[in-house]
This record gives sequence, C-alpha cells and structure tokens, in this order.
Amino acid sequence: MSVERVLIIVALGLGLAGGYLIARSHKGGLRPEAAETVHRILLPFTGTAISRRALDAALRLAKAEDATLMPAYLASVSKQLPLDCAIPAEAAKAMPMLEAIEQRAAGQGVPVDSRIERGRSYRHALERLLDHESFDRVVVPATGEAGAGFSGDDLIWLLAKAPAEVLILRPGPEDRRFVTAKNGSRAA
Amino acid sequence: MHAAQMAADNDGVRTARRGQLKVFIGMAAGVGKTYRMLQEGQVERDGGRDVAIGYMEPHKRPETSALAEGLETVPRRRLTHRDTELEEMDLPALLARAPELALIDELAHTNAPGAEHEKRYEDVRDVLAAGIDVFSTVNVQHLESLNDQVAELTGTRVRETIPDAVLGEADEVVLIDLTPEALIGRLRAGKVYPGESIEPALNNFFTVENLLALREVALRQVAQEVEAKRLVVEQPLGTREERLAAEAPKAVGERLLALVRPQPSSQRLVRRAWRSAQRLGTDLDLLWVKPPGQAIEGEVERQVTALRHLASVLGATLLIEESDNLVEGAARVVRERGITYLMVGESLPPRGLARLREPLPQRLMRATPPGVDVRIVARRGSKEDG
Repeated sequence: MSVERVLIIVALGLGLAGGYLIARSHKGGLRPEAAETVHRILLPFTGTAISRRALDAALRLAKAEDATLMPAYLASVSKQLPLDCAIPAEAAKAMPMLEAIEQRAAGQGVPVDSRIERGRSYRHALERLLDHESFDRVVVPATGEAGAGFSGDDLIWLLAKAPAEVLILRPGPEDRRFVTAKNGSRAA
Repeated sequence: MHAAQMAADNDGVRTARRGQLKVFIGMAAGVGKTYRMLQEGQVERDGGRDVAIGYMEPHKRPETSALAEGLETVPRRRLTHRDTELEEMDLPALLARAPELALIDELAHTNAPGAEHEKRYEDVRDVLAAGIDVFSTVNVQHLESLNDQVAELTGTRVRETIPDAVLGEADEVVLIDLTPEALIGRLRAGKVYPGESIEPALNNFFTVENLLALREVALRQVAQEVEAKRLVVEQPLGTREERLAAEAPKAVGERLLALVRPQPSSQRLVRRAWRSAQRLGTDLDLLWVKPPGQAIEGEVERQVTALRHLASVLGATLLIEESDNLVEGAARVVRERGITYLMVGESLPPRGLARLREPLPQRLMRATPPGVDVRIVARRGSKEDG
C-alpha cells in the first residue's frame, strides 16, 4: 500500500471521528444531571439580619466537612392567607439575605443550596422544612433578644425534633456583628 | 321576571345598547373616589343628562354629602335579615326609574340576603344591560387577583371581592390617586373616618408603607387596563372578551422566562429573574428542558422539588419540557407563552470541540421570535451583575 493511500485512509478516519464528535456536541449538550449525595448543613434564619458568628461557624463546618450550606429563610404567613400562597413581600426580604450569604460562602468556596420556607410561625416553617428536607447538621444562633430569632423553647423543640446533629451557638458578648442584605455585614 | 328584562320590556330603545361603565378605582378608602364620581355626575347633569344616584355611601363625610345635593337619589329599600333591618340599593326601582346615568357606589359590596343578587356588581350588570350608563367605585384590594397580594403587603384581608373580569368590562377606568402622606393628612383631619376611628386606622392599615405598596399596585393595575384597551382599539374585530383573550400575551407587556437546571446554582438565576419580573410588574416562568428518558430521582428530584417550591413562594410557574435540544425546547416555550425576555445562567467555559459551537445565547436569539431579549446572569464568583 502506497504512502498516499495510507494518508488518505488516516485522513478519512480522522474526519469521520471528528464529524462524529462534532455531531455529538451539536446535539444540544443535554446530558442527564449527575446524581450525587452531598452533606448538608442547615442554617435557618428569620428577619433581615443573621448573626455573623453563626454564619461563619456554619461556613467553617461546611468547608471542613466538604458539605453544602443550606441557608433557609423562615417566613411566617398570616392566618388570613393560604399557607401555600405566593409571598412576594417576604420573598423580597429573603432574596437579598440569601444573596449576601451566598456571596460570603462563595468567598470561602462553600457551595450553597438555599431555601425559603413558609409556616404559620417560624417554628412551624422550620417544622415543615425538617419534614421534607434532609441534612446532616443544623446550626442555629440562640438569641438573648426577645422576639428575635429562636427562643429557648424553640431550641428545645428543635433538639427533640431535628433528625440531625444540632449546633446551638449561645449568644456571647462578642456576638455583635451581623450579616445583612444591604451592607454585607454590620456591627450591632 | 328578571329585573333587567322588565326594564328592557319597558324601554325597547334603550336596551338596544348596553350602558357604559366607568369605574373610579383607588388604593384605599378616603382617596376621593365617591367625591369624584359625584363631581362627574354633577357635570353630566349640568350637561343636560338625566342622572340619578342608585346608591351612595357618604361615610359621614359632609363634603361628599354636600356634593350629592341636587342629584336625584333613588330611595334605598329596607331588607330584614335575622331581625335586623338593612338598607340596600333598590335595583327594581332604579331600573323602573331608568335614568340615562346611574351613580352606584362600592362595586364590591355584598348585598343583604333577599336582594336580587349576592353582589352589587351583579346589580350593576343588570343596570348596564338595561342600557343605563353607570359610574361606580372600587378599591384595588377588592380585585380578586390582587386580594392575596394586598393581604400579604398590608396584613389586612378584605372579604368583599369582585372578579377581575368586572373591571375588564368597564369602558373606562379612572385612577383616583393621592400620595400616602396626603391621604394620612386627610385621615388626621377627620375627612375619612370619624374621630374615634382615626388612631386605630393610623396604627393599623393606614401606614405609609402599606399605602405606598397599595398605590403601586393600583398604578400597575390601571396601567395594565390602559394597555389592554389600547390593544383593543388597534384591532376592532370580534367581541371585547375575544379580543382581550387573543391579545393577553401582549397586553401584559413583558413576560419573563428563566432557563433553569435542577441544580442549586439555578436559584440565583431565579432570584435575579424574579427581581426583574417584579420591576417590570410581570409574570415569571421557569423552564427546565429535560433530556428525554432522564429519571427524576435522587438529587435531581430534590432540586426539582426545591425549584417548584421556590416558584410557589414567588408566584412563578415551573415548566418542564422534554427535549434533547435545549434551544429548540426553549424556543418552543417562548413562542407558546408569548415570552419577551429570556434569562439564562452563564455557561462554564467550553472545552474541546464545544469551542467550535455557537454560544447558547446566540443560538437562543436565532431560534426565538424577533424582539425576544436574552439576558445572561453571571455565575457567582465570576463577577457581580447589577
């Protein structure tokens, strides 16, 4: 066989292989989503600020355990509304908070999978979240301020109810910094 | 015999045309809807038209009552329900009186049992069917589709609602606008409620925040009505309902579609898309083009559930379209739903032979109808978009 023929055969082979690969990549690039199991750390919060200490603790844990952080905004839905109705006003509060948390997590290379959960009360929202999501740890900041965040009763309830390890951060004198939507973080 | 039919029999000429409906809409009580309705009623009467008040609620406001002077009022009728005597508009008497123009306050009012209809807007339909023009009033929170939204914004739910179609039937919708500060000033001056009700009202419903939100809702609502009517004028064929239905995708102005995948990173795209939809005052659809045969299980199922849940919280719609070609699947949905604005996440840098392929936004631009905008939302960490 002459050298020319060999070259022609090789060129044809390369052309066919290239054409096949191009056709495959032109098919739309839709491949089934990869199924994977990830560890999750739940960080439930309410309102428009979250304790920076709690967020940093959750991020440290997530980074150390190669886990995904799941910040969850708990929204209280008035009894006058159906529980599963759209809540644009609450969503408008949650969105910038979730953005701020995601931004902080991105800085530390921690993946985030956020949620907004509705309930008749914050505890009810958390209960609904526990019912249909799975995670390995829960990080909650305790608060000394009445009416803000989770009360002592809520935490006792969470310890009894959560099917995961619960890390409660007790309020400390140094816990005066918050992550907020507007400025990323602020001191109290 | 039906009340409207009786009027039709009495006056065959008038029933040849349906009466014209003009609705004065406002963000809350006290903005001056009834006042303006009476003012315009007076102008019509001065212009030589036969005007009568079918029902007016003065709310103990002397200025409003004074404006009704000189206009004939069809006496209310008394209905007894559980030993309580209630006053309602006398529909048969109004139809028998048959003025050219009837002023009927509070379109969303629920009638007492024993009246011809459960709701006042149904009475108004009878009056219109009898060929009588009607001026009426309504607050924006009484519109059925806005009731939940307003209740969430203000924490107060009104029980008396009207279907949105009733406002759609109006030939003219007039927004009675007032700044929140001006309305609160009127309230403080005792021009809206009597003295003992002022403080509770100021502490509950009539806050600047509530009124700002309601004002925005009212402005958007009337803007949509104006847009819908403009389109009707452009195409004068068919019935009004048919034309509105046919033009619905255009009448809403913009419609957004975000292309998502069952991955946590899609949530950021959804958030950006939702904020854009909020700014434009339009609906948001989320679309996942699912490869054929892909099972929705495990992590994929979890992420699809999360997207569906987020869509429900935001009032968006999650669509799942099966196709092995993302561009074709997305373009099909864009055409079907009248999408005007498409948002996609930033792709990872292409590798290997994928570099030879045209980027996704360009392919989407070519596949979708002209005029569809495509916006790329940056990945977290690559850059911050505004």
